Amino acid sequence: MMDAGRHPNITLLTYSEVEEISGYVGNFKVRVRKRARSVDVDKCTGCGTCEEKCPRKVTDDVFEVGLGTRKAIYRPFPQAVPAIPVIDRESCLWFTKGRCQVCAKVCPTGAINYDQEDEMVDFEVGNVILATGYDPFDAKRIPQYGYGKYPDVFTSMEVERMLAGAGPTGGRVVLRDGETVPQNVGIIHCVGSRDEHYNAYCSKVCCMYSLKLAHLVQSKTGARIYDFYIDMRTGGKMYEEFYKRLQREGSIFINGRPSEILPEDGKLSIYVEDRALGEQMRVPVDMVILSVGLQPRHDARDVARLFSISSDSDGWFKEKHPKLDPVATMTDGIFIAGCAQGPRDIPESVAQGAAAAARVLTFIRRGEVKAESATAVVDEMMCVGCGQCIPTCPYTAIEFIEDRGVARVNTALCKGCGTCTGTCPSKALSLRHFTDWQLLSEMLGAMYTMRAMEVEV
Amino acid sequence: MTETYEPKIIGFLCNWCSYAGADLAGASRSKYPSNVKIIRVPCSGRVSPELVIRTFREGADGVMVLGCHIGDCHYGTGNHRTAHRMPLLQAMLEFTGIEPERFVFKWVSASEGEVFAQTVRDLTEKLHQLPPMAEVLERKGAV
Repeated sequence: MMDAGRHPNITLLTYSEVEEISGYVGNFKVRVRKRARSVDVDKCTGCGTCEEKCPRKVTDDVFEVGLGTRKAIYRPFPQAVPAIPVIDRESCLWFTKGRCQVCAKVCPTGAINYDQEDEMVDFEVGNVILATGYDPFDAKRIPQYGYGKYPDVFTSMEVERMLAGAGPTGGRVVLRDGETVPQNVGIIHCVGSRDEHYNAYCSKVCCMYSLKLAHLVQSKTGARIYDFYIDMRTGGKMYEEFYKRLQREGSIFINGRPSEILPEDGKLSIYVEDRALGEQMRVPVDMVILSVGLQPRHDARDVARLFSISSDSDGWFKEKHPKLDPVATMTDGIFIAGCAQGPRDIPESVAQGAAAAARVLTFIRRGEVKAESATAVVDEMMCVGCGQCIPTCPYTAIEFIEDRGVARVNTALCKGCGTCTGTCPSKALSLRHFTDWQLLSEMLGAMYTMRAMEVEV
Repeated sequence: MTETYEPKIIGFLCNWCSYAGADLAGASRSKYPSNVKIIRVPCSGRVSPELVIRTFREGADGVMVLGCHIGDCHYGTGNHRTAHRMPLLQAMLEFTGIEPERFVFKWVSASEGEVFAQTVRDLTEKLHQLPPMAEVLERKGAV
């Protein structure tokens, strides 16, 4: 991230959103809204004094998953690039109560600007890579696991933060009271995944991160770990070996999806049918960790619509070909990488990112785009300008030329499906290599052959 | 009706799904009547209703338009147009006096070789019950 931030050819636009995009491969026009961070990016040196002195503390629901706090002027996390803070206007004392301004007083470069407004930036790019990631599944949606109701039910993200040395608990794994070290910990796999009520697909990464959590929690607390899984999916280099290691370390693996968690005798009882034994079990533990699955970003469909790419029934961005072209999309010049396309682990996301970058570099290096030869063409003498073809085009390749009152096909965008040609009522549109004459001749030839064969019979 | 009557079928198959499906039918040795001649089109959306009518006019006893399942279109939404257009055409055929059973519009994916074979078998069988298109055209004074 640091390298990307420093690179002379890379412009980072964080805290920004793409508002509009038009054009086609090689010539995309993008309009980006740079949201007002109330800090002058050019003046700020990222020293962090404002963050230190800010008197307003709020719960950090994003990076600390609600376990820790941040200031009203903050960086999302310590290693964030660029290291420029943002003022959360909803909790800042100056914006809510009209007093304070401590950050402006302490800033050595005078970078704080309370009057900053959203800024629109327009620029042109040749290609776009979408790597918008995922949202973790909201464990509150499964009421029988009691997340949010029973304090000692945690999500994997919360435990992840607790394990971090610089995290809210200083690296200690404790119950919600902040002191008690758990003696028994239950880890439940597939929370929100492989379940028709929530997401039917496998989130792929949870088995491995659950094993990692089991290993770390056990080594930090010495607790007995119960690991509830449906199928242990440890495909990947050295992954199965890690699973074997956990078994040797004494974690108890129970094959079954827990039905319910209930508080009993000061503990949390996990009810489950052990599929290996074929028996109902009740496992009392101090702490439950829910291994939440991955799901598409909440606004993934809006992003897909904006960039005119398709998404699958779950909402992940759809690739051009699931096996042979996994980072390209049906729209030339738009590429996808990582969890935006579907659940991916880190090595896969890195590989996809590199692949997408390489695909873009190929375009840049070549300097030209090979266009489809079978494209549609409008006979302007025939076109009556009814405009029926324009909404039929899946690639928005047809535009209406106002002053001449005719449609025109942008051959750089046309992929040659011919839907417009099948639609045109005045026969003005024609698809090269599949013209009406060619198809008619083919049909007549086929009919002729069949009639000739009939005579023989 | 002549005793040697064998229906003549023209199939317009989308390049990406149905054409590959027909290929699979051959590769997997599925048996289907040789009454069909296939014309490859880039997308089922390319097939204009006029082309179908014209094919009947030339004496084809049956016409098939096969495309990708909705959501599988290589071009995203090309077959959505087919889905709008073809049922309308089917209704119109009846109006023109052509039995709507002569026209088949169906989704056949690249992995559905057997579906393709079955579609051809079904249509051929159905057409055996109907008079040849040539007779229909003659009766209507179209030729």
